[in-house]
Amino acid sequence: MTAIAFPAPDAGILGRRDLILAGLARLVAPECLITSDDERRAFETDAFTAYRRMPLAVVLPRTTAEVAAVLAYCHAEGVPVVPRGAGTSLCGGAIPQEDAVVIGVSKMNRILEIDYANRLVRVEAGVTNLAVTNAVSAEGFFYAPDPSSQLACTIAGNIAMNSGGAHCLKYGVTTNNILGVTLVTIDGSVIEIGGPALDAPGYDLLGLVCGSEGQLGIITEATIRILRAAEGARPVLFGFETSEQAGAAVAAIIAAGIVPVAMEFMDKPAIEICEAFAKAGYPLDVEALLIIEVEGSESEMEATLARIVTIARAHGVKVVKESKSAMETAAIWKGRKSAFGATGRIADYICMDGTIPTGQLPLVLRRIDEIVKAKGLRVANVFHAGDGNLHPLILYNINDPDEARKAEEAGNEILTLCVEVGGCLTGEHGVGIEKRDLMRRQFTDIDLAQQQRIRAAFDPGWLMNPAKVFPLDRRAA
Amino acid sequence: MMATDTHPESEEAVAAAVRVAFEAGEPLRIIGGGTRAALGRPVQAARRLILDRLAGITLHEPAEMVIAAKAGTPLAAIEAALDAKGQMLAFEPADFRALFGSQGTPSIGAIAAGNISGPRRIWGGAARDSLIGLRFVNGRGEIVKSGGRVMKNVTGLDLVKLQAGAWGTLGILTEVTFKVVPKPETIATLALDGLDDPAAQAAMSAALASPFEITGAAHLAAGLAGETARTLLRIEGFGFSVDYRAGELARLLAPHGRLERLDNAAGRALWAAIRDGLPLAEPREAALWRLSLKPSEAAAAVAAIRARRDARAYYDWGGGLVWLATAADGDAGAGVIRAAARAAHGHATLIRAPEPVRAAVSVFEPGPAPVAAITARIRAAVDPAGLLNPGLMHAGA
Repeated sequence: MTAIAFPAPDAGILGRRDLILAGLARLVAPECLITSDDERRAFETDAFTAYRRMPLAVVLPRTTAEVAAVLAYCHAEGVPVVPRGAGTSLCGGAIPQEDAVVIGVSKMNRILEIDYANRLVRVEAGVTNLAVTNAVSAEGFFYAPDPSSQLACTIAGNIAMNSGGAHCLKYGVTTNNILGVTLVTIDGSVIEIGGPALDAPGYDLLGLVCGSEGQLGIITEATIRILRAAEGARPVLFGFETSEQAGAAVAAIIAAGIVPVAMEFMDKPAIEICEAFAKAGYPLDVEALLIIEVEGSESEMEATLARIVTIARAHGVKVVKESKSAMETAAIWKGRKSAFGATGRIADYICMDGTIPTGQLPLVLRRIDEIVKAKGLRVANVFHAGDGNLHPLILYNINDPDEARKAEEAGNEILTLCVEVGGCLTGEHGVGIEKRDLMRRQFTDIDLAQQQRIRAAFDPGWLMNPAKVFPLDRRAA
Repeated sequence: MMATDTHPESEEAVAAAVRVAFEAGEPLRIIGGGTRAALGRPVQAARRLILDRLAGITLHEPAEMVIAAKAGTPLAAIEAALDAKGQMLAFEPADFRALFGSQGTPSIGAIAAGNISGPRRIWGGAARDSLIGLRFVNGRGEIVKSGGRVMKNVTGLDLVKLQAGAWGTLGILTEVTFKVVPKPETIATLALDGLDDPAAQAAMSAALASPFEITGAAHLAAGLAGETARTLLRIEGFGFSVDYRAGELARLLAPHGRLERLDNAAGRALWAAIRDGLPLAEPREAALWRLSLKPSEAAAAVAAIRARRDARAYYDWGGGLVWLATAADGDAGAGVIRAAARAAHGHATLIRAPEPVRAAVSVFEPGPAPVAAITARIRAAVDPAGLLNPGLMHAGA
């Protein structure tokens, strides 16, 4: 694929590479600086693998002070910086460029403080999402945002992308679960935003940093909220003969005053792919599957489920299958959370992430099918039904340039459709390079200019993750 | 100074008024319902932009749990529309009319601009957490949108959160969109009596660390809501679930005392009073502070303040929020209170004080120097001429 452009590398920076490497070598230990071709290759892309660029160098600092020193150096030298968590971005948010230094936070992965009395954890931001939950689960607590990549993805990356997950219908996304960050800006300033109190003074800089995709600075530490887990949780499978029925059931559940902790939708191709991989016991004779999870004590779950089943029956549910054991529960979620990986076993795919008003679901599913079929491709749909966050997976062959181009075109048409029906380009994966050039579909030039002026309050020289989020022709000179 | 008032009836009219002000270099005071006009530093502006005629619900989709309205829409109209569909705002917005003795009606735009959240914040999040989209007019008179009507949206920089708590200094909100939640079938208020502040703190922490989904945790010292001190906890949901959790919570908190379930009406009245600052509303001449603190250190912070000056206080948000009343003379206790707040990893905002005090004392804490520097640059990026509510949050800005 060649549709997404990269800025032409700065020849002056490329020409000074040896000098720049020497400068970086003065700031960090040798094992924290990666310069060889072989080792740099591991950093040339992220989970948006269709695009790759070899970075100038990779630095993996061990402290906030080292991050500050490296940033101040890059600032002084006018060298672009691409921040990196675990490299699990699905939108190319961590894909470098040839004249940029990648700064990865993976060596800063300690949990600094666990405070159950105030229900918070302070971490170095390179810690993985799941490691936080694992550190507090023995006491019955968890960290709520649970992106499918939670085994690998870092808290720094979660904050940069404002990550969501399957359970945010009840618990919110990253911005709702963060109390404070240490942010290092391009000039090397270390800024403490928020902390253990619920509110920080002044403007909500924390809210601005969440989802800023590495354009405002590098997050080195974070104070995050932990929650006490419910007494129990149980997912139930509801199979429908049409996706319209499934969509109507979701609306009726919400109308009845029930907000389940998760409501996940899969269409037939997605059910088949995930069942083949996870053996989760998904019904194969239905067109649409809802995974609805309820929480609470045994009696609370039973009573809530009884209400949901009644509603589902009124909407023609064909199969209702309750998890009977922890093993079954794990398998049900494994199937859903491995949807992307399982799809990757049968074909290359690009994963869309638009959000739509849930009332538009039947129309949008029909149009997605038409758009993809018109390109001669296949699609599998998984999405967060309660909040309208879609994940159509467009299947194609990455080695066939024509198919690759068609897949990208179909993806762009689907995202444009999401905006047209009142939704947005990305619900939880971010803009990155992937959706950068579609931003004008959702925003006016005035909207974008305002965002860019605020971005410039942190990075006036446009050095932080410079080819992301905004259309390239809107970049500052 | 007699101000000239403008009541724009459309977003375009707001933008036009700002463009005129921009050309003339004339600052503007932005007013929603005017019920909190006495909160913040005094604004020197000859022109007031009053948004009361920019009103009306523009979108309400109960099945999508979302409502949007023009900024001047009365909060009461929003709440009535939601109530008719069995829904509510998740963050329990406060009404400060009794505190300020003000007239008028709180507007939804000002609720968003002030990030005004009540006791339910500990479970349902702050106003900013429910705010998913908005439109605003910046200091150049341009109409800008951010966010939208869907609850999961990470497209572009999140200017929605930035506007919540900016008190109109980063733009004039013209339309706001909130996600909403189902109204609970049952609300139970549970009380522990006679605890001192540290003991109440421990009991609230234990409750909040339980799996029983506490939606309110407050503590009122003796004399603020009766003759004995009262620690209040709230549980909401379907009746069967509330009954179960109330029972379990009573068992869990037995070491802290006997948990009593209050009469529904009495419970609701108490939470409304806690939300609106009523226990400290009188005497009107006292200064009123809100301290946002690390919850486990709140009782120590209050004790440290009391060691230095007379003060009455109560706790909300499980101790994370302290309302504190003290004499308004001098700096209204700013030095003592802010030192105690900093020691408890938090900060203090001066909610109510006579105008000369609010002109002399930082109403909003400026934050550490690097934050203050970024703050000034953001302000300039949105309102380069400094026309919108100048000085309301910080002197000279």
